[in-house]
Amino acid sequence: MKLLKYILPLLVILTFTSCSDDDDNMESINEVVALMLVQEFTNETHIVELYTQSGDFTQGYNNITLRIRDKVSNQFIQNASITWTPMMHMTSRMHSCPNSDVIKVTERETIYTGYIIFQMPENSNEGWDLTINYMVDNLEYSVISDISVPMSDRQVVSVFMGADDVKYILALVGPESPEVAVNDMIVGLYKMESMMSFPLVEDFMIKLDPRMPSMSSHTSPNNEDLFYNDVSEMYNGKLSLTMTGYWKLNLMLYNANNELLKGEEVSGTIESSSLYLELEF
Amino acid sequence: MCRIFYSLFVLFFLSSILYAQEKQIDSTKVMDLDEVIVISRVGLNNYKQEKPLSFLDEYLEKSNKITTIKRGNYAWEPSMNNMLTDRLSVTIDGMQIFGACTDKMDPITSYMDVSNLSEVHVKSGQQGSENGSTIGGGIDLKLQKNSFGYDDWNIGVDIGYGSNGNSETISSEFNYSSEKYFVNIDGIHRKSENYFAGGNEEIMFSQFEKFNVSAIVGGKVSDEGSVIGSVIYDEASDVGYPALLMDVSLAKALISSISYEHKNVHNVIHKWESKLYHNTIRHVMDDTKRPDVPIHMDMPGWSDTYGFYTKMYAKKEKHTLLFNVNAYYNKSLAEMTMYPNDLNENSMFMLTWPDVRTLYSGVYGEDEIELKNRQKLKVSARFGYQNEYIASEFGLHSLRIFYRELEGKKNRILLNLSTQYENKINNFDFLLSAGYGERAPSVSEAYGFYLYNSFDNYDYIGNPYLDNEKSSEVNFNLNYSNHKFKAGVTTSFFFISNYIIGKIDPTLAQMTIGADGVRVYEALEYATIFNTGLSVSYNLLPAIDIEGGLSYNLGQDYSGMNLPLISPLDYRMSIRYRKNYFNASFNMNGAREQSNFSSDYGEDMTGAYAVFNANASYSLLFENNKLILKSGVENMFDTYYSTYADWNNIPRMGRNIFLNISFVIQ
Repeated sequence: MKLLKYILPLLVILTFTSCSDDDDNMESINEVVALMLVQEFTNETHIVELYTQSGDFTQGYNNITLRIRDKVSNQFIQNASITWTPMMHMTSRMHSCPNSDVIKVTERETIYTGYIIFQMPENSNEGWDLTINYMVDNLEYSVISDISVPMSDRQVVSVFMGADDVKYILALVGPESPEVAVNDMIVGLYKMESMMSFPLVEDFMIKLDPRMPSMSSHTSPNNEDLFYNDVSEMYNGKLSLTMTGYWKLNLMLYNANNELLKGEEVSGTIESSSLYLELEF
Repeated sequence: MCRIFYSLFVLFFLSSILYAQEKQIDSTKVMDLDEVIVISRVGLNNYKQEKPLSFLDEYLEKSNKITTIKRGNYAWEPSMNNMLTDRLSVTIDGMQIFGACTDKMDPITSYMDVSNLSEVHVKSGQQGSENGSTIGGGIDLKLQKNSFGYDDWNIGVDIGYGSNGNSETISSEFNYSSEKYFVNIDGIHRKSENYFAGGNEEIMFSQFEKFNVSAIVGGKVSDEGSVIGSVIYDEASDVGYPALLMDVSLAKALISSISYEHKNVHNVIHKWESKLYHNTIRHVMDDTKRPDVPIHMDMPGWSDTYGFYTKMYAKKEKHTLLFNVNAYYNKSLAEMTMYPNDLNENSMFMLTWPDVRTLYSGVYGEDEIELKNRQKLKVSARFGYQNEYIASEFGLHSLRIFYRELEGKKNRILLNLSTQYENKINNFDFLLSAGYGERAPSVSEAYGFYLYNSFDNYDYIGNPYLDNEKSSEVNFNLNYSNHKFKAGVTTSFFFISNYIIGKIDPTLAQMTIGADGVRVYEALEYATIFNTGLSVSYNLLPAIDIEGGLSYNLGQDYSGMNLPLISPLDYRMSIRYRKNYFNASFNMNGAREQSNFSSDYGEDMTGAYAVFNANASYSLLFENNKLILKSGVENMFDTYYSTYADWNNIPRMGRNIFLNISFVIQ
């Protein structure tokens, strides 16, 4: 009995040490440390793991990291070329949404990244699925699964018809974690060409007017309107947030010829633009 | 022979010092740049203090130089030479202490009470730079402490009642002194309901309650050396500010110090005093009792100060010297949290003072030189170095919304100089002084973030790039006195360059719901403030004194626009009867209408007024014990009025009948 008193802790230590040894091995190739697993897609040969910051998909902009594990060798695939197709199955029709190419993260071994902008959330009759096609060593594979895209608490994506009779999708990409400061504001803007095609819209301009409805439409100073950036392929501007809370980001969209396509100036009785995004922190 | 001569000389000298001190308290001058307001009970008698338990603020108002800005019935803000907190140096026994309220609801004087103090030294302009940089002057609150001596003790109890607002005050103290030790312990409690303005109009949210306790203990460690420790705790709760949108649920201060005093260090240095101190203030604004606020908010603030000073008093031949080396470190932080009416929304939070750390160190020297024929020359200088930085990342990022490149660090050099010449010819005494002073912007002026000012209805943003404010001043005093009649005139003129004031920035939008816009602190090219006063007193009959006074002030910016909160022409008169143990006085004070008001800063014309007060007292002595009864009526005709110094024209108290009973057992 007395002996057990000494053996038991020893055993526990041994077990833990061995466990953490395993972890160390895993960690050397664990490139998703800061991320949370959303879902695993499985086919006969591979498991495709999808990660986001929050561990969920949500309506609006989703920055997604993924990696592919070989079911047999348990190794992560390092040389896959990947494409994806998100699809909304509505009661009457189907459509996709703006999304980026999936690319290998530079200077990383196992992870690939891209973004998807779900312009509408699921509901009880309608939902999203995601097809991932990938090629490893000239062999083609595919996984597909339903995914859950709940409605976001605030309006982080807007679908609207411009004055030019084009349907646009505008999504809030950044700031990811807003601060009481001058934030870098990033917005993605896409044209809905067809049910399946959502090309980038370049060289437009988006006027920004952030307001706090609960503070009698208080606005902040030194904001900067959003302009297209060739590198990020998004619209960048500056957003000043003078306090935490709920902010309504009133926007006005101008095309390359400086013609107003959507939105109104906030003044007098007009408390809000018809084109806006929301943010709360 | 030489020795006797020397002793006689010293004796003569000592007596002249003592005489001078006496004189200061019961001055032959009616106008002076330096004033001493006596509060202590040590000299308690029934004629020096008209209302023994009145607020410290009421004592301050007796100074010719001081008026107080009122936001309600509590925590009045002293104004000296028509300049407020930011331009004054207010200290407690040389200790630096800074309020924790972004809205100036807690001037330092609100954390002290009459029970703590023996006297207040009021020094105008650059004469007041002994303890810190200043423009308008210095107010040093002197703690009441015994001196070592014979075994002696006394207990005092004061009870006061005021009919208006049912105000009750009770104060008690115990003092003990012996050859080696002394102890002073006191406590005071005040409580008042809403007061009523003239015509029986109840002023809602004007109630208050506070208590203050303090202990000072001294012990001799050698024949010449003594250690003195002091602790003051002051707590006010449920204080209404009828002129503002918010009240205060808690304002508390803990003020402590330990000092070492050494006498006769050297044949030249007759006293050397060093003190280490700390004080911490917490101030909580609250509007939960207000019925109609657009949005509820909490606004707590903190101010902590650590510091030391070492002062040397020396005398050599015709020079009376004082040196003071001091340093302090202050931390000022204030936040605001607003609660949206939609409960699903996150609360709205901001830092209104971004945890500003100020480190100041400075040296001060003064020399009073006795010249021939009762002439005196006094020169003084202070040199200070100040380093300030924003310690909160959150706060720094907030201010970068306005100032993109803000580093959040700043070093300043602050200089104060003054010289004063005094001459006595027959019954005349005249004094001429000139000074130059600099001050750093206050925390609000440099780093404030959307501080709402209900006076002009603007939000204020600090400006971290502000330069020091610089003042050049000249003063002239002339006093005449003979046996029965005294008269004095005082004039001071301040030319203040880089005058710091809020200027409207039309590109900015207000944060406060209902405000008119945003002002950013800026430095005006210059502003001028001119103050003049006349004072007379006449001893009509042995028992009857008549006193009167008049003062006029004008403050303008470089373009000739009026500055806000400048007193209009005001006047006062009193007649006093004093015989044996009975004392009575009747007095009036009033002002002409404020025609030089500043509409830009939310002022309108305040009407003329005059109010009348009367009081009487009787003191009874039995054995060594003393009982003093004092009663009076303030604003006896129940006049409805407000003065230029009343925030948002909040009316002053109507008729108030007070009764004070003071009892001293010894």
